[in-house]
Amino acid sequence: MSTRTRPRAHPDDDTTTYREALREGLREALASDDRVFLMGEDVGRYGGCFGVSLGLLEEFGPDRVRDTPLSESAFVGAGIGAALAGMRPVVEIMTVNFSLLALDQILNNAATLRHMSGGQLGVPLVIRMTTGAGRQLAAQHSHSLEGWYAHIPGLRVLAPATIDDARHVLSAALDDPDPVLLFEHGSLYNAAGTLDPAVQQVDLDRAAVRREGTDVTVVAYGGCVSKALEAAEELAGEGISAEVVDLRTLRPLDDATFVGSVRRTHRAVVVDEGWRSGSLSAEIESRICEQAFFELDAPVERVCSAEVPIPYARRLEEAALPQPAGIAAAARRVVS
Amino acid sequence: MATAHGGTSAGTSQTKRPRRAHGPATPSRTPAAAHDLDLLRRMLLIRRFEERCVELYSAATIRGFVHLYIGEEAVAVGVHQALDEADAVVSTYREHGHALARGIPPEAVMAEMYGRTTGCSHGRGGSMHLFDADRRFYGGNAIVGGGLPLAAGLALADRLRGEPRVTCCFFGDGAFAEGEFHETANLAALWGLPVLFVCENNLYAMGTALAREHAQTDLAMRAASYGMAAWAVDGMDVHAVEKATRGAVESVRAGNGPHFLEMRTYRFRAHSMYDPDRYRPKGEIEEWKRHDPVTGLADGMRAAGLLDAAALEDLEHQVAEEIDHAVRAAERAPEEPAEDLLLHVTGRHEEARA
Ligand SMILES: Cc1ncc(C[n+]2csc(CCOP(=O)(O)OP(=O)(O)O)c2C)c(N)n1
Repeated sequence: MSTRTRPRAHPDDDTTTYREALREGLREALASDDRVFLMGEDVGRYGGCFGVSLGLLEEFGPDRVRDTPLSESAFVGAGIGAALAGMRPVVEIMTVNFSLLALDQILNNAATLRHMSGGQLGVPLVIRMTTGAGRQLAAQHSHSLEGWYAHIPGLRVLAPATIDDARHVLSAALDDPDPVLLFEHGSLYNAAGTLDPAVQQVDLDRAAVRREGTDVTVVAYGGCVSKALEAAEELAGEGISAEVVDLRTLRPLDDATFVGSVRRTHRAVVVDEGWRSGSLSAEIESRICEQAFFELDAPVERVCSAEVPIPYARRLEEAALPQPAGIAAAARRVVS
Repeated sequence: MATAHGGTSAGTSQTKRPRRAHGPATPSRTPAAAHDLDLLRRMLLIRRFEERCVELYSAATIRGFVHLYIGEEAVAVGVHQALDEADAVVSTYREHGHALARGIPPEAVMAEMYGRTTGCSHGRGGSMHLFDADRRFYGGNAIVGGGLPLAAGLALADRLRGEPRVTCCFFGDGAFAEGEFHETANLAALWGLPVLFVCENNLYAMGTALAREHAQTDLAMRAASYGMAAWAVDGMDVHAVEKATRGAVESVRAGNGPHFLEMRTYRFRAHSMYDPDRYRPKGEIEEWKRHDPVTGLADGMRAAGLLDAAALEDLEHQVAEEIDHAVRAAERAPEEPAEDLLLHVTGRHEEARA
């Protein structure tokens, strides 16, 4: 993986942004399967509120890149209905905060219909949305609620953290016979790197070890992976070797990879941009304790968002979120 | 009661659905007479099926929330006369009538109430979640209004593939107050989707009377404000329901976008088996029972010389046998083994097990 995080893509070099990688995945899906269509608020003429679908309307027309009214429940539910009828809809919700207006459809229909119908009705639907903070958008545009969705049986929850994952996540999601939620961290869209042309697909069922290490395992996902890598770099300077595991899939969790890593390092730090109380980080810590308690040399540490609605002011927002310094500090505590 | 008896012509008596042979001789064998007898048989089946559900519920044989459709049978039966096998149906938790009218065998519905493996949802759904993928019956939704967006999506898929199919969704006057109805109506009208909205206005959302839940109680008029054709129908008159639905379905199929029918009907029983039914004025139920859709049709047929006591008795007998058979089959059917608990959560688990 040759991704480097940079503020902007340079149009004249061979780097690709996370945004462009997602768009390339969408373009490929639309071009290769008639059943695929994209729908959501401003995905067409506007080009997607984060610019992911820019240009796709011109390429594929308004039937397949479909602007919807501001009706999260209706268009997510319509995606479910179309999936029931054999289509492969990709629905974009601007941010996870607004997905709550469609939560009924996602939980009570998409996740549930297969079971309630005794296996007769699958919902092969992909829902994309932004998550996370870091852009001073204040509370109603900044929350990280993917852990809530990871609570729900019947859903698959993915959080691509790298350019390659962003490029290939959609084909993996569309292959799934069940509803898949894709969480795109808002601060990653401009992240740029070089796509590895040798990679034609990614195994999103497996967590990925992004950096190998021997002293402590740092488990992270989505927008926190690069922060964990930054912390690992800082720790390396102090002679602490941190292994960084990127979960990629928040449901179902790939316990084997992160528990396996902890068995080697005997120490763990879990990073989660969600709030600590009742969070995904709690689940991960619990699984580590259930499966590798006697291999642990120290209690597991967690680095989460402060228990506060994400504030606007830059200094406060930074203080509310997991940061490399906090991750490094937690790692130092567990290795000491 | 919004409209007078709609009447039926010989031309509307041919449905595409295969019929069971009728045993008893009918006093008249004209197509219209045969059609009426068929309507009566379908409504009776729903009525008697649910009366049996009451007995089974009182005996604690079936459990859960059970919402009866008694009094509203003309809507399900009349609407289904106008639908094809290829059309889709989206229903609610009060869906025994819709499911039976759609042609889901009574055995499969009854077995579902028993939670048995032969139930139409393999015991996962119960009374409120009946499904039949082959018959394009998409539930069985117990979130008020929750099925409506699905109808828009099913219709959108048909539209994108150029299929001349209609998606019919049933919902109540209570659901009309939910955002999901309004979002879906707007979406369907905006995109010209082939959706038939069938609002079963039985005047109550649980215990809340229409006028206590809606600032404007003329629902068809409000639906029309979305730019779709909408009208109110006497939902106690199966002929009126059939006629209105045929007209609406034809127009939807012709590409005129969604249509809305407000079926003015009434439930004779409580909201659910748990409901002590304290909110309706005295005498109101009795008043509405004078418009009973089942006896109303039978009386009309008798007056026209299309039905006599012997024929009605025969019909009752056939229906009772069909239900007895369903109950016996459900009683004998195996329960889903607990080892299969986690089946049907995701498709991938199923592959892993297979
Ligand atoms: C979203 C939601 N809110 C509340 C309920 C509880 N509830 C079940 S049925 C019902 C009344 C619905 O009335 P209506 O839509 O008129 O249908 P009817 O029962 O009369 O057929 C209510 C409030 C529910 N199931 N779902």
